[in-house]
Amino acid sequence: MGEAMADKVITEEDFIAELKSGMTIGVGGWGSRRKPMSLIMAIIRAGIQDLTIVSYGGPEIGLLSATGQLKKAIYGFVSLDSIPLEPHFRLARQTGKIEATEFDEGAFYLGLMAAAHRVPFYPTRAGLGSDMLEMNPELKLVESPYPDDSGEHEELVAIPAFDIDVSLIHMNRADQGGNGQFLGPDLFFDDLFAMAAKKTYMSCEKIVATENLLDEGSVHTLRIPRIFVNGVIEAPRGAHFTECPPDYGRDEDFQNLYAATAKDPDLWESFKSRYLEVDSHQEYLRMVDSREDGT
Amino acid sequence: MRRSDICIAAIAECFRGESDILCNPIGISPIIGGRLAKATFAPDVVMTDAVSVLAANTLPIGNQDAPRVIESYAPYRTIFDILWSGRRHVMMGATQIDQYGNQNIAAIGNFQRPKAQLLGLRGAPGNLINHRTSYWVPNHTKRSFVSNVDVVSGPGYDRMGEIGRPSNRYHDLYRVVSNLGVFDFDTPDNRMRLRSIHPGVEVSEIIENTDFEIVIPENLELSRLPSEAELEIINVIDPTELRYSEVQDA
Repeated sequence: MGEAMADKVITEEDFIAELKSGMTIGVGGWGSRRKPMSLIMAIIRAGIQDLTIVSYGGPEIGLLSATGQLKKAIYGFVSLDSIPLEPHFRLARQTGKIEATEFDEGAFYLGLMAAAHRVPFYPTRAGLGSDMLEMNPELKLVESPYPDDSGEHEELVAIPAFDIDVSLIHMNRADQGGNGQFLGPDLFFDDLFAMAAKKTYMSCEKIVATENLLDEGSVHTLRIPRIFVNGVIEAPRGAHFTECPPDYGRDEDFQNLYAATAKDPDLWESFKSRYLEVDSHQEYLRMVDSREDGT
Repeated sequence: MRRSDICIAAIAECFRGESDILCNPIGISPIIGGRLAKATFAPDVVMTDAVSVLAANTLPIGNQDAPRVIESYAPYRTIFDILWSGRRHVMMGATQIDQYGNQNIAAIGNFQRPKAQLLGLRGAPGNLINHRTSYWVPNHTKRSFVSNVDVVSGPGYDRMGEIGRPSNRYHDLYRVVSNLGVFDFDTPDNRMRLRSIHPGVEVSEIIENTDFEIVIPENLELSRLPSEAELEIINVIDPTELRYSEVQDA
């Protein structure tokens, strides 16, 4: 018999203790899909400042810019899916509240992959001829060392590896050792986020015993091995209000409520006091569930 | 005949002759038109269910519960891999488009502090330089067909000409379909040309609603009408008539 695997289950407080103002945080998921929202809400409650977020952006970018905690966003897009453009992100861009580094969606994938693979960049054609290079003057071109059939050395855009301090991902299931499982239609880029960061914290709907990981999904759903995970936080409905299939869909009513706060400062203040200034994820969920007879 | 249905047939025509590619239209009318093409004259393209699989059957738009015949798996990462392989023809929207086909969906005004933040570059820079791309503009006005775009998301022929070979070798800006007509770039200097005019539209209407000099051929072609069989399929794809909210009749 070998030793048992390390127990990486931590509390939300333990997770917050690992963060510092000024950090660059990678956030898994895609738009308003399987975002680690309970961890984002914990960051909002803790008031950690001057953050840079790297993501296929959704409400984490909008919320953190609305609370004034976001310094810079590095993204392929920022969307709520059913609402094509994140409304608080739109507001932050139009008022100049945040710095923005915008990549072609595929180029963003390469920046993540370069970080995961520990190479300084990956080359791509994406960006040549578009304004992506003008928008991001720090982006450099690189010449292929190999001539093509006509003897030409092709010039490509070198997408730099993202420098991510901490990545946050949300999985459907995990074991206490940090093995993560997605049960929905798409892993998105969560494995690369986990590999790309110095440390990765993973929330999950439910912690199960390692021997039960295959009860709900095939071996192909086990895409986050524990070597890339530093802490596991059990957070039922931890992706709310984004979708987390098959456990639950997007809370469109709540998302619409959130979106409306970008157009009305009073509505934002009441949203903030009711849903963001709470003690815990559990209390947040209680406020969400009682909202019909609430505000 | 509703203008929208003419547009859908014109969008479908963009995919005629395609096979063994991912037909990837984005937006209401493009998805309906792409699915119509696949259901009729372009059966050898593959299409997503707008989530994560390639569906072999003809799906109704916006109905996530419709039964799907899944023929392959296509999560977002695979879409990028297909994109880079070149086996893809995308149809995107364009908030602004100019005479060389430069497209803007990113921002109005200066990117650093936009007057209006739009969707962003999204996948346009990579799409245009890697595979065939077409555009759909449901409201053809001087505000959409502009002399200069504010931001270049998807580069047109002048930008690609400046870059030259070999970087531009996969650039293939194919068609622009609007509510007034179909346009291509089959001119000596790759300026936008009226390829066919939708029945019921006057040439003057196109000229008046375009903020650059558009090439008008001597012999005007009319966009074709969808057949009865096609209209039946369009109704299967769009039973709730989402398309009519996107394109107004004259």
